[in-house]
Amino acid sequence: MARKIRVLVAKPGLDGHDRGARVIARALRDAGMEVVYTGLHQTPEQIVEAAIQEDVDVVGLSILSGAHMTLFPRVCELLKENDAGDIVVIGGGTIPEADVKTLKEGGWAAQLFTPGTTIETIVDWINANVKVN
Amino acid sequence: MLEVSKLIQGDKRTAAKIITLIENDEPGKHELLSQIYPYTGRAHVIGVTGAPGAGKSSLTDELIKQARKNNLKVGVIAVDPTSPISGGALLGDRIRMQEHALDKNVFIRSMGTRGCLGGLARATKDVIKVLDAYGCQVVLIETVGVGQSELDIMHYADTTLVVLTPEAGDHIQTIKAGIMEIADIFVVNKADLGNTKKMITDIEQMLDMSPRFKNGWRPPVLITSTLTQEGIAELWSTIGHHLASTSASGEHQEVVRKRLAMEVMEMVEENLRNALWNYFTVKNNLTELIDQLADRHTDPYSEAQKFVREISDKIFGKEH
Repeated sequence: MARKIRVLVAKPGLDGHDRGARVIARALRDAGMEVVYTGLHQTPEQIVEAAIQEDVDVVGLSILSGAHMTLFPRVCELLKENDAGDIVVIGGGTIPEADVKTLKEGGWAAQLFTPGTTIETIVDWINANVKVN
Repeated sequence: MLEVSKLIQGDKRTAAKIITLIENDEPGKHELLSQIYPYTGRAHVIGVTGAPGAGKSSLTDELIKQARKNNLKVGVIAVDPTSPISGGALLGDRIRMQEHALDKNVFIRSMGTRGCLGGLARATKDVIKVLDAYGCQVVLIETVGVGQSELDIMHYADTTLVVLTPEAGDHIQTIKAGIMEIADIFVVNKADLGNTKKMITDIEQMLDMSPRFKNGWRPPVLITSTLTQEGIAELWSTIGHHLASTSASGEHQEVVRKRLAMEVMEMVEENLRNALWNYFTVKNNLTELIDQLADRHTDPYSEAQKFVREISDKIFGKEH
């Protein structure tokens, strides 16, 4: 059986706007991926634990609260601490351009998608950049 | 690279990676499962099945809590449907169980059915073994939301819960064959919605008329509400009571032995089917054969017979 890309879609922190996360989860499902959705208000610790148990290839964080400069690095650190630094971290939300640059350059996010991004762009990026073997 | 010894010692990442390998049917799967097998057969496997929206995930979450109160290590396999269109899946059962994410003694894995139609994924039975060897004393399996005849869970669970809701159909629904026959325990969930009495009466009447419950275990009908916690503790103790009771009577051991025979048979069948079909396609020009079938020069029945006779002559000799 062909390997399927497994993605964890998570909403860390306190904001309650999960429409975007749910739309993305649904879209990735329609693109043939297995999507684990963990719901609202997740701590980075919970997200990393779920990512390990579910053995996902990608963690997608949806953040609309402005706490991205804290949450992305924390999730990446915890993944590394748990010997799971190979899991690709991407994200989406209202993230200013300057922060996008900092997060990507710092290695805290492989790719970030800001408002206006099409679903195709996200699906294509994952298919092109996530290697399953 | 994936070491069974690490799995036995309870290494989480190893467990997760082995499950992925099995799910994807990757090379090395059978060797791994052979090595894992001696460490299995210890966990109490509890199946949770029922219609979509009956409350299976929330109930499973409550059962995790009960098991943890008793200091048991818990594995959870949560199955959701794979899209027949895209091959993708939205695995959302975890949402109700996330408060256990940080508990080192709870391991939750979501699975897509990947084309399997019995309410579970094809790899579920092997994943049970992985979690068993990983040290889980309780393995909870949540099936997809089922209709009437997705019954695979009965072959893998030691104790099967059929979860219903108060207004889930009339008397006729309870006497139909299928899901209503596989319960070891009936759970009428969402009791907070009221009107549980009619459902209980219908189930009890159905049970009164079932000859096979005259002796041995008769499935109790329990009322639960994950909202008010009604009946949850009682459900947990009834689950334990079921295993103890069927073990004492020998019924449980008999079921386990039957399952082992079935498991070998299934594997023999699957491997033989593949091997024989490969041989068939090597021996026959498939395109030509299909042309002949389409033109009605021959028929599928005779062609199949011919091939089977040839094979059995080879294996058993002409005199069998």
